Amino acid sequence: MRIILVGSDKLTYFLGRRFTSKGDYLTIITPEEEAAVDLSRRLKATVIAGDGSDPTVLQEAGAYQADVLLALPDRDQDNLIACQIAQDRYGVPQTVAIVNDPDNKAIFEELGVSVAFSATEIIGSMIEQQTASEEIRNLVPVAGSGVTMTEVVLGPNSPAIGRAIKDLDLQGAVVACVVRRGRVLIAKRRSYLHEADRLLVISEDDQYGQAQKVLTGEGA
Amino acid sequence: MVSNLIGGNSSASKYIVVIGCGRLGSLLAGRLSAEGNSVVVIDQKESAFENLSSEFSGFQIVGDASEMATLKKAKLDKADCLLVVTREDNVNLMVAQIGRIFFETPVVLARVFDPAREAIYREFDIDTISPTQLSADSFMQKLNTHQVSTSAPTEGVA
Repeated sequence: MRIILVGSDKLTYFLGRRFTSKGDYLTIITPEEEAAVDLSRRLKATVIAGDGSDPTVLQEAGAYQADVLLALPDRDQDNLIACQIAQDRYGVPQTVAIVNDPDNKAIFEELGVSVAFSATEIIGSMIEQQTASEEIRNLVPVAGSGVTMTEVVLGPNSPAIGRAIKDLDLQGAVVACVVRRGRVLIAKRRSYLHEADRLLVISEDDQYGQAQKVLTGEGA
Repeated sequence: MVSNLIGGNSSASKYIVVIGCGRLGSLLAGRLSAEGNSVVVIDQKESAFENLSSEFSGFQIVGDASEMATLKKAKLDKADCLLVVTREDNVNLMVAQIGRIFFETPVVLARVFDPAREAIYREFDIDTISPTQLSADSFMQKLNTHQVSTSAPTEGVA
């Protein structure tokens, strides 16, 4: 895959290292000359010093051939413009941007960016889950679908223990499978739940709170 | 030019949001305010508002216009016209698009210094003004008239 990475910090370096080790063809655009020299020494990548939202710099970076552009800088406006120019001028099929202001996630996707990640939101929700409930792990938003995948472990106080899945009030959420003593069981409507079961729950984003309440007894 | 776009001096007062209160922003805000429009001007730095003339009688908001929250505070959804003239092209292009698509502001104008970027965003239906392009055009024009007036006697000598 041909990847263009726009960014300047450690995240750029570590992502770059990951992509190049997987054999992707990587070009990095970074604003500072010094950082560019440093990155080019440490990574097997083409590094260009310049502004990633500048059309001529993008062209120089081989935007016409690129499969994906990732925009990482901490200024949302620069990420949006880099993605839009890459997509519309150079036909880059997939553009990914990090947004710093969580409000911008929906805006960016509406304005044509393929996927926008809010680092603030992801880190924030991870911390909230860690502190809110030990029973829930690995909340994964399924990109662009408004759906979230969660792993829920039924603790001793879970109101769902001893009940069948069909009797639980899971609006907009489904239990996809149950892991019991290391074995994966397909969740059927009549399956009864035991203590220490691990459930893989797929829910609509706004129904997640209700599912959490039904399965753990905690939360809204 | 701008006053013509939004109906000139003649018609009722408009609600106009100006983003960026540098030399251009403050000049526009002052003029539009003097024409009787209700004007809100936004800048990240409070000190920027010192650029405003005494004619300005509108509101000032300190905030980052690339944040949706700031634009909501300025009641952009009620605005007849949005002028985005910060010193940064990318901010201007982003805010112009947000104004047009999310707030459905009827008239949106953005300043874009980079002519290459301006050309791309014209295809996006964003109305842009490039000072670089305008200066280049004026320079060429002046240069041509200058050459015409100086070339005449040269031809006469030859």
